[in-house]
Amino acid sequence: MTVPVGATYAPGSPLDWSEPLLPGTVVLDDRVAPNGPWSGVIAQGQVLTIVDVGGNQSADCLIYNAHDTAERYSVPDTLAWQGNAYVRTGTVLRSNEGRPLMTVVANEIDRQDTIGGACGKESNTLRYGHHVAHQHGCRENFLAEGARRGLDARDLVSNLNWFMNVPVEADGALGIVDGMSAPGKRVAVRAETDVLVLVSNCPQMNNPCNDFNPTPLRMIVVQP
Amino acid sequence: MTVRSAHLTDSVLNARSDARAQTGLTSDWMPYLPASSSPFAPPGVDPGTLVWAETVAPGGYTHKVLARGSRLRLDDPTGDACAHLVVHNALEPTERLNVADTQKIPWQAYLGAGHPLLSGEGRVLATIVGDTSGHHDAFCGTTTEAWNEAKYGDARPEGPSPAGRPLLVKAAAKHGLTRRDLPPSVSFFQGVRVAADGGLEWLGSAGPGTSVELVAELPLLVLLANVAHPRDPRPEYTVGPLRVHAWRGSPTGPDDERFTATPERNRAYLNTIDYAEARGL
Repeated sequence: MTVPVGATYAPGSPLDWSEPLLPGTVVLDDRVAPNGPWSGVIAQGQVLTIVDVGGNQSADCLIYNAHDTAERYSVPDTLAWQGNAYVRTGTVLRSNEGRPLMTVVANEIDRQDTIGGACGKESNTLRYGHHVAHQHGCRENFLAEGARRGLDARDLVSNLNWFMNVPVEADGALGIVDGMSAPGKRVAVRAETDVLVLVSNCPQMNNPCNDFNPTPLRMIVVQP
Repeated sequence: MTVRSAHLTDSVLNARSDARAQTGLTSDWMPYLPASSSPFAPPGVDPGTLVWAETVAPGGYTHKVLARGSRLRLDDPTGDACAHLVVHNALEPTERLNVADTQKIPWQAYLGAGHPLLSGEGRVLATIVGDTSGHHDAFCGTTTEAWNEAKYGDARPEGPSPAGRPLLVKAAAKHGLTRRDLPPSVSFFQGVRVAADGGLEWLGSAGPGTSVELVAELPLLVLLANVAHPRDPRPEYTVGPLRVHAWRGSPTGPDDERFTATPERNRAYLNTIDYAEARGL
């Protein structure tokens, strides 16, 4: 028997590694393999470009004040302050204290998601059945990568999902549907204070958040 | 409020008598002990089964650990309450309300009867089993000091326009929990709806006299703050009293219709019961 590892992209999948969305001196340039986590500290004023290399690859993302990680990204504060449920250019990504952590300064898809949360081994059993309990999930990535930064389960909260599409319909129906991104599409976020960014390159293979074809991400930090 | 001249407190004995003279006084916002003595016991509930009875002041907060199976009822007598709720598994508080899963897994953003409040561990912490309001919100969370200072000029817990988060921080602290332990909350009695462009539209209250009833599916730490909703458009800080009652009952099981209402909820209850049985609950 072999270990049931997660799926990765099919041979011949188009990949576009692109380049930073805003100009500046590159201070960090990482490639994140499908299914894997990433984290980085981004100084105030620096800009992080996330490249959706293969298209419609959800990049689940959490943000912390680098000097006080009890202050962290907050979905409700971000939404309540802007009065809108979707993340677009200009959205200020706020903390649980209401303060700006990062701002979306450029964005190449119509809207980004912050409602859909992260997948996990446990929640997958509710969504799909206990036969997928063995599969890898974003919560696993957050816990593993967070542990390297001194974070644990108490530090995991509702997150951003770059390049994922979660519409809310008139009757409140909500769910993950086919994405609006494409290979090489990007989003750029500027740090408004020193932040720790945690990303899970989503391994989910039971819904369209990865287009059923997990692909890499590229994380580029520039100093403008 | 009393005044200096109303008190004789120049000795320990006099001070003790002065303090004890308050015995038996009531106020508009207070816990009722024993709970069975509540002047507002919910209709149809045997007062002898009550384990929690309280009126939370406008701008106030409360908290309690409830046994698995307890019923929790929130009442909005004036139409201006806004109950911001966070729940934790009282046995392992790292397991707590996960608003994203609570919206995503039932495929429904708006809270109402039958809606499970899910943790991030694939289990149901509580189920909404009764709802005469239908005006609730799982998008905006509660207010921060930054928000209330910007909107009302004051956010202090002891001030005229308290923010919700500092109240929840205090409630959590009384159970040994810190800021890290507070996830996004949900709120009852003041509704928000999402427009086609994503705009958060104010629905507000369904009026006075509505209630929400929940079942604790695990031993439950309940944290409640009763503060104005962040998107409340009224320029004046507006919030009414919140009544809270809880009584003994049973958790959701195979005999309940909601146990098999959807495949997702069915598996959530199965996971919850699996945990409870393994722990000997």
